[in-house]
Amino acid sequence: MSTILLIEQVLNGLQSGIMLFLMAAGLTLIFGVMGLINLAHGSLYMVGAFAAAAVAAATGSFVLALVAALVAAAAAGAIIELVVIRRLYDRDHLDQVLATFALILIFSEGTRWVFGSFPLYLDVPAALSGPVTLPGGILYPAYRLLIIAVGLVIAAGLFALIAKTRIGIQIRAGEADREMIAALGVDISKLYTMVFALGAALAGLAGALVGAIQSVQVGMGEPVLILAFVVIVIGGIGSIKGALVGALLVGLTDTLGSVLLPIFFASFMDQSSATAVGSALATMSIYILMAGVLLFKPTGLFGKA
Amino acid sequence: MISERTVNIFLFALLPVTVLAAWLLDEPFIITLATKAAILALAGVGLNIALGLGGLVSFGHAAFFGLGGYAMGILASHAQSYAPLMEVPFLIEGTKSMPVIWLVALVTSALAALAIGALSLRTSGVYFIMVTLAFGQMLYYFAISWPAYGGEDGLSIYVRNGFPGLNTLDPVQFFLIAFAVLTVGIFLAWRLARSAFGLALSAARQNAERVETVGLGPYRIRLVAFVISGAMTGLAGALFADLNRFVSPTMFSWHLSGELIVFCILGGVGRLYGPVAGAMLYVLLEHVLGGLSAYWHIYLGLLLLLVVLFARGGLIGLLSGREVAHE
Repeated sequence: MSTILLIEQVLNGLQSGIMLFLMAAGLTLIFGVMGLINLAHGSLYMVGAFAAAAVAAATGSFVLALVAALVAAAAAGAIIELVVIRRLYDRDHLDQVLATFALILIFSEGTRWVFGSFPLYLDVPAALSGPVTLPGGILYPAYRLLIIAVGLVIAAGLFALIAKTRIGIQIRAGEADREMIAALGVDISKLYTMVFALGAALAGLAGALVGAIQSVQVGMGEPVLILAFVVIVIGGIGSIKGALVGALLVGLTDTLGSVLLPIFFASFMDQSSATAVGSALATMSIYILMAGVLLFKPTGLFGKA
Repeated sequence: MISERTVNIFLFALLPVTVLAAWLLDEPFIITLATKAAILALAGVGLNIALGLGGLVSFGHAAFFGLGGYAMGILASHAQSYAPLMEVPFLIEGTKSMPVIWLVALVTSALAALAIGALSLRTSGVYFIMVTLAFGQMLYYFAISWPAYGGEDGLSIYVRNGFPGLNTLDPVQFFLIAFAVLTVGIFLAWRLARSAFGLALSAARQNAERVETVGLGPYRIRLVAFVISGAMTGLAGALFADLNRFVSPTMFSWHLSGELIVFCILGGVGRLYGPVAGAMLYVLLEHVLGGLSAYWHIYLGLLLLLVVLFARGGLIGLLSGREVAHE
């Protein structure tokens, strides 16, 4: 296996990891601040992708499409927070799981109803559709590099938001003691709606960015949601840093596993069974990673005990 | 308000009465629907041992349902093609006999539940939900990517498996088999809830520290409950695959895990007959709403949302009030 291929795959792993981070960050924020498990987060990812595809088809502008994804997902997030989610903060996790599962059914079938069952396509903007040459002569798609860059910028922005700004302080205070900050005069329900909309916007952005590489279709958010759960379990619930580390670990393991494991097995098996065993094991690799983390740190790498 | 006992007797009688009526009116499709409801109810009764009694919100019970399904699919497909499962170190052949398949389904899903439970029960709360969900998904992707048994397309079995002394191709006789297994499942769940073990499990749900203080280990109690729960759901999976004569990775899908939880909630959490009521209601809704609109999941979602937000006792709670589960 050549070094170039390996570096390419590492970049692919980074790219999928950083998109997972955008999903996982929202989930973990919402859990950390409101104590809510939100299964419908994948639906917000889907909403973002569909909004982007619809706006791109109407206007032809990729930038407008991204803006639409952010706005649509944030709006959808704010609406479900106001109508449904805020009734769930005091409920047990079972109720939260069920209500958000119900939201998935409504979102998925609603989207199918509006857009039909056929996938939509969102094109990568022409300026970014070609490859760029990286040091060492590696050709890599410009768009995927852009995704990595955008993801890193957003990650940095999120860390700054949480660590430096007034809202960040309120969010952290909300995690620690919600009664206290309510008593100090912070409008807690407004803060909750804002955090939820922020998480939703991140998910919607991820959906739109990934939607340009894959197809935009109903149910696209669900595999990503489950990967994001794995990320959070590995990283530790409520920790943004954990979400970043977990997302990169999962992205790299998943991508490299599916490339390297078949090659590894081919070294001592015949090609067709090596491909079968290797790819089957590769699909399980991130869960094995999760199981390993659970054995040693049941609350995740950066979770509070 | 009607007493929960009366509601239970009514629910128990509803399926056989429906089938009797359908048989008299010569409506085999209704019998198939009732069989489906009985099998899904069994899966729900299994889940309810972990969920209702033990308070363990498993979002991965499709794993066991699917394993039961594949136990049937793999054994029957080998019997169908006359190719043995393995020859070394000893010969294992496929089979078309339901009791053998059930046994294999029970053992396989119990072992899987032991492994998944041992890891997942190290966590609690939201972690437990996400970890069980993830392990269920792991098996789902494994089933898709493993080409030997149909991969994404699944396995078709041409003729339903046999049961000694019965003609399983007759819808009524197959219903009776499924209903008999459901009855045994309900009886076991009822005995379990009243046994010392069941009391300890309930206590571990309510106050784990106190259980520990009296010298019982909540982890082991929960693990045993999880294994029993998984095995029962696995058996239901084998029956479900036999009903459809088809098994595919969708039996592992997390939607199915969600639906199993929905049965328990629609019927009433922690009640013995909750999953039975829920599964019947679900099959009915699927049939009626599904006939009205291709987008019936929207209505199901809205109904579920209303139940969770406003009617937490579920169907049985609506009929017999909100007093304690398990009389």
